Amino acid sequence: MTNIIEISTAVFVIVGLAAFFGLVLGYASVRFKVKGDPITDKIDALLPQTQCGQCSFAGCRPYAEAIAKGEIGINQCPPGGEATILALADLLDIEPEPLNEELAKDANIPTVAVIIEEDCIGCTLCIQACPVDAIVGSAKHMHTVIESECTGCELCLPPCPVDCIIMQPIKETPATWKYPEPSDAVRALEGIKVVVETKERAKS
Amino acid sequence: MEFETDSSPFTGSTSNIASIMRQVLYALIPGIAVMFFFYGWGVLINIILAIVIALSFEVISLWLRKRPIKPFLSDYSAVVTACLFALTIPPLAPWWILMVGLFFAIVIAKHLYGGLGYNPFNPAMIGFAVLIVSFPLQMTQWIQPHFMDGYLPSLLESLHIVFNGFEVFYNLDQWDAMTMATPLDDVKIELKAGHYFSEIMQTRPYGLVSGKAWEWISLSYLIGGLWLLYKGIINWRIPVSLLFALAMTATIFGWIEPDTHPSSLFHLFSGATMLGAFFIATDPVSASTTPRGQLFYGASIGFFIYVIRTWGNYPDAVAFSVLIMNMSVPMIDYFTQPRVFGAKSEKKS
Amino acid sequence: MSKEQKYWKFHGGVHPEFHKKESTTRPIATLKLPKRLIIPIQQHIGAIPELLVKKGDYVFKGQMIAQMHKDQLGSTLHAPSSGTIASIEKHSIPHPSTLEDLCIELILDGQDDWGDCQLEAIKDFEQCDNTKLLERIENAGLVGLGGAAFPSFVKVNSSVKQGIETLVINAAECEPYITCDDLLMRERADEIIDGIRILIKLLNPKQCLIGIEDNKPEAIAAIQQASKSFDKIQVCAIPTLYPSGGEKQLIKILTGKEVAVGGIALDLGILCHNVATCCAMYKAIVKGEPLISRIVTITGDGVKQPKNIEALIGTPVSDLVAQAGGYTSKAQRLIMGGPMMGITLSNDNTPMVKASNCFLVASTASLQQAHSIHASQAQMPCIRCGKCMQACPAKLLPQQLYWHTQAKDFERVAEHKLNSCIECGCCDFVCPSHIPLVSYFRFAKSEIRAQEKLLEKSNLSRKRHEFLEFRKAREKQERDEKRRKHKEALQKKKAAMAAKKAANGGTSANDPKADAIKAALARVKAKKIAREAQVKSGH
Repeated sequence: MTNIIEISTAVFVIVGLAAFFGLVLGYASVRFKVKGDPITDKIDALLPQTQCGQCSFAGCRPYAEAIAKGEIGINQCPPGGEATILALADLLDIEPEPLNEELAKDANIPTVAVIIEEDCIGCTLCIQACPVDAIVGSAKHMHTVIESECTGCELCLPPCPVDCIIMQPIKETPATWKYPEPSDAVRALEGIKVVVETKERAKS
Repeated sequence: MEFETDSSPFTGSTSNIASIMRQVLYALIPGIAVMFFFYGWGVLINIILAIVIALSFEVISLWLRKRPIKPFLSDYSAVVTACLFALTIPPLAPWWILMVGLFFAIVIAKHLYGGLGYNPFNPAMIGFAVLIVSFPLQMTQWIQPHFMDGYLPSLLESLHIVFNGFEVFYNLDQWDAMTMATPLDDVKIELKAGHYFSEIMQTRPYGLVSGKAWEWISLSYLIGGLWLLYKGIINWRIPVSLLFALAMTATIFGWIEPDTHPSSLFHLFSGATMLGAFFIATDPVSASTTPRGQLFYGASIGFFIYVIRTWGNYPDAVAFSVLIMNMSVPMIDYFTQPRVFGAKSEKKS
Repeated sequence: MSKEQKYWKFHGGVHPEFHKKESTTRPIATLKLPKRLIIPIQQHIGAIPELLVKKGDYVFKGQMIAQMHKDQLGSTLHAPSSGTIASIEKHSIPHPSTLEDLCIELILDGQDDWGDCQLEAIKDFEQCDNTKLLERIENAGLVGLGGAAFPSFVKVNSSVKQGIETLVINAAECEPYITCDDLLMRERADEIIDGIRILIKLLNPKQCLIGIEDNKPEAIAAIQQASKSFDKIQVCAIPTLYPSGGEKQLIKILTGKEVAVGGIALDLGILCHNVATCCAMYKAIVKGEPLISRIVTITGDGVKQPKNIEALIGTPVSDLVAQAGGYTSKAQRLIMGGPMMGITLSNDNTPMVKASNCFLVASTASLQQAHSIHASQAQMPCIRCGKCMQACPAKLLPQQLYWHTQAKDFERVAEHKLNSCIECGCCDFVCPSHIPLVSYFRFAKSEIRAQEKLLEKSNLSRKRHEFLEFRKAREKQERDEKRRKHKEALQKKKAAMAAKKAANGGTSANDPKADAIKAALARVKAKKIAREAQVKSGH
């Protein structure tokens, strides 16, 4: 008899607890429901917004959505480079991986598109291709690139029928110059490659 | 005319790591001298042996880690670790005690964590802690200081004891008679046996406050520590807060139950308190670096020394207290960042 | 005026060897006209001014050659002497990057002809209208001569608008080797005091404190003598400690107030100006000379006769060195500024600019402290000794900043208030491990700045891209809408017609077309019948 009482007490307690936590969780899921998909926004904020499509998606936002869904790796963004990969790895709490080699460009120097103006025939094809409206001009009139708006995505190169658009590296001026990282005598002394160590640290 | 370029500042001070470490070694001289006076050749053998072993481990570790040997060997940091470690080991302890302790200190605690500047724990204290846990017997057998029976082994005898064991000269009973527990250990045992502190102090040859030998040794460490403070090698915050916290805790408990709790003076001048306060807790690599953090760090060590000495199983507690607080350093530093110039007014506006 | 003043202490600071004596033994020399000047277009903090001259133009001394747009931070530029503009091209400038920037190359004709370009001298400035004085400060191209080259007009103008309590004159000159302010005060104390009086007239502060480090007794005496009859001006001999000449540090020493993180002195009702700037202000107003020259120290064991020279802006360093007796065999480094914060120059045809207070030509050995092992000592790992923290005048934790910078954790670095770092070099100076901490901090600062810029750009790109998408979607929607409306209209018409048809029923009485068809059909029918009848009757 006592056995039955004990067992039934236990059952009641467990059921009670289950019901209680179920209610709490149910309430929480309603009360703290997150609208939208903040992780996509967060990922999108870390992407360089060149809208270049090198990741095989039509712009940065779709790539961010794909990452959020776990459909593709975080290493598909050549303009962002290592910095973006590390930032994404940090955000998503996953292992950083090296940039997809197939996508890697020869050099990751920031560039802008420049229209050789005497060759331009005013076809407006590049204007339609530009993802950030950085090219201005009208039909049968010369076009030009607004340098400060250009993301260097190169999407305007293929549509140009006369190949009058070239990519130029952004020139360094005293105003944009960056202090180099000090050559660390200790590390040189110790024979460690700086890159390796930062990667190790980033991982840990 | 063309010139080489460089980044400012182009001028710098004269101090370097080696000079800092050398000053610490100088500051240890009074303590070593007094210990030599009381405990004889065993002290010097410990130190010299420890230095040789530590440097060998250092060389091997650097070589295995493919680091340049000369600059890291000549920074004296291994010598300081060796000396601090040797001073906490009973004189005439067998040589392999030093070997094991220093292996943990230099190879495990220092080099496996990245070498100089990267060790989260005080290497000497890691070595000591490993030994006291693993070989409690050897680590608590201090020979009697010379005034107790007037006899100390000669240099040759000492060397024999260290390398071949005491069995060469003495049987176990004789050796037991020659060695004794430190006052700190002894008082603990006596208190457990139900004696009162005042009684113990009277009945045993304890000098003024904490044992004839130890009060002088502590005093000499204090002098060395004050010299370090004067030279600006260490900061006042850690030693002062450590000693203050220890003294205050001891005073409070002594006030509540004077019979079963040793006085604050006894705590300050016994065991490794002074050595710990000025030389061990102040090890910059493993200590807190922010001003408020240092106060908290020092005070916590002082508090833990009292707690472990009084209620713990081990006679002395400096090593464990220091290691416990070493663990907390990153957190302490994070939460005690000083107010940046002009930061207060920022909040106001 | 020599009343006992209370001084506050700032945290940290160091005592480097000061090396001031070398260049104070000789009076200020005036440079003979060089053959050519190279005038960088941007010599101040702010935007790039607009050029008013072109290649081949002849300019008079004092002629304005570049001008700022209104509402933009910056300063005007004047020709320091008369001559012809030979080129406007990229040329090496004093900048840590050693990159080149746009400069005007001016070949002097040796006439030093003002033409009609000298400004009107306002001798009686006490009676002059404030707006006129301010206008003059703006047009004379005045910038802070202490080294930062912040446009003076902007500073003074906002102070006039807001009103200040204390005017602080920075004459501390705490950097080793530099003595240009010291000599200026010794020789031209009256001009300085007049410049300060102009500021007092403009701003009407409660007090004016001149902070001079007490290792310059002659200068202190001269300024005290000159300011005797002015109650508001108080000369403060402050203890010698680097970097007491930092603006925020000096304000703390003299007033006990701390400029907030990210704030400016004006928030506390304080305006701080360099002593040389005051002298330039005097010249601009009382003599009508825009900022075309300044006093610069040429010193170090790399030159034969270290001295102070009053030289035209744009003079190549090689001319200055020639005036100082030429190089000795020990000339290994050329530094603009002092040994704590200066920048090295790669080439001595670099011109001096408005911000150049000193050119230090020295051997690397002499730069180090007397018994230093700085150079011979390899850099060692940080042992967290905290000496840098004790020396930091901004109360930062350099060892933590260094740690996070090494890990490239710039978020953490910013959290530790790297922005408050004034790059004074104290931490570097005391570091027993000889870690180039300041270089790390500069690196971290420029990385953070670059990241911010990138983020700004990517935000802009995102906005533009989103707008583009939105625009495309809108266009499509509009097109669809149009098409739909067109279709709808068509359908409506059809429907209306059908409805009409339905309403008229089969009668179609009113339908002329239908009637006509019917009539035609009837006609055809009638004709057919008639023809048939004819055929029948013909038989």
